[in-house]
Amino acid sequence: MDEGLRSELRKQGILTTTLEELYNWGRKNSVWPLGFGLACCAIEMIATSMARWDLARFGAEVFRPSPRQADLMIVAGTVTKKMAPQVVRLYNQMPEPKYVIAMGACAISGGPFKQGYNVLKGIDRYIPVDVHIPGCPPRPEALLHAFMTLQRQIDEQALTGAARPRHLHADAPSEFNVPEYGAHDLEPSSNAEVWRPPSVGEEGALAKTA
Amino acid sequence: MESLEQIITRAKAAVPGASLEIVPNGSPSAQHSVLVDNEHAVAVGTFLRDDPQLRLDYASNVTGVDWLDTVLERKTKVKRTIDGVEREIEETVKTTRPGYLEVVYHLYSMALKQGPLILRLRTANRAEEAVVPSLTPIWRGAEFQEREAYDLYGIVFKGHPDLRRILMWEGFKDYPMRKDYTEPDDYEYEPTAHDEVLEKAKAHQAANEEYS
Repeated sequence: MDEGLRSELRKQGILTTTLEELYNWGRKNSVWPLGFGLACCAIEMIATSMARWDLARFGAEVFRPSPRQADLMIVAGTVTKKMAPQVVRLYNQMPEPKYVIAMGACAISGGPFKQGYNVLKGIDRYIPVDVHIPGCPPRPEALLHAFMTLQRQIDEQALTGAARPRHLHADAPSEFNVPEYGAHDLEPSSNAEVWRPPSVGEEGALAKTA
Repeated sequence: MESLEQIITRAKAAVPGASLEIVPNGSPSAQHSVLVDNEHAVAVGTFLRDDPQLRLDYASNVTGVDWLDTVLERKTKVKRTIDGVEREIEETVKTTRPGYLEVVYHLYSMALKQGPLILRLRTANRAEEAVVPSLTPIWRGAEFQEREAYDLYGIVFKGHPDLRRILMWEGFKDYPMRKDYTEPDDYEYEPTAHDEVLEKAKAHQAANEEYS
């Protein structure tokens, strides 16, 4: 529908919408996060949900203690290699449509522990991440921004066509391989269907796109 | 608290046959420590805890230390006859000190408000005989810290009630805090790599090119 006509009708007191808009509007304003935290970022996440920053304004105050009732996983903190299988398993147990916010330097890349032996270099190696937030830890405002970014992403999803979201694709996977504890490292060290190492360096991706 | 020499003298009297020696600390803190032989460590520990003048009832800290094989160089002056003339020549003698693992206990007394006394135990080598006696039967608080030293250094504590890995998972084979540990190579993506990390990331470059 033409935007001009629509706003004209609106001035006359007639609201028009589409099923897609209504559906996405409902979904984006009721995103229930899974109530779990891994490190200091979780404290900022808790602060975000309390009175001062009030995540309830965005319809996401209902932190669920069970993955079966959650729509959003906020990976708040350092994902150790010992914890990674459990995080992936929790993600697998969430019903579609589900979303992931990787919060903080550790969750997106391993952060200050990147060169250690025990920390996963970013949760996006195992599960698809919708929004990454840098920061150590990110301030509640950053989490709110990430949340609004996610809302925009949900709002823009087309329910039909090739670009429709994963939960409307019968063939698209909703569960991902849970890594196993190996003798020296997690096996595999990343899920190939989710994550491929981008090329970096002088002859890498930056030079090619330029 | 008494001086270390006094403590050692009394401990030797209380535990016959025990070998105790002072490991000097050359830093400004001058926090010298006591090296105990493995055979008598439990008896010496019990003495330190129960002696009325010491009453070191609290093991605040248990640490592992890894000492690799080191080559010690010592310069000596030797007299040699060269071209019929006797001369004094400096020669370097190289001796290899085999590596070992060490456990350091920091002991305090809550009752008498004194400490710390620093106790060291050493393993025979770094491979199959990395065994020291557990002091958990004396200081219960050492239990988890000894498990940590076992987990990260591979020091086996004989007599420990529950010696399992505590931080890494069961089935993990390496000892990450040992100096010769090499971490798993998961440096596929390094956006700002430099130095050592750059070398590791370069090894993955060719494989990454296929996807970019």
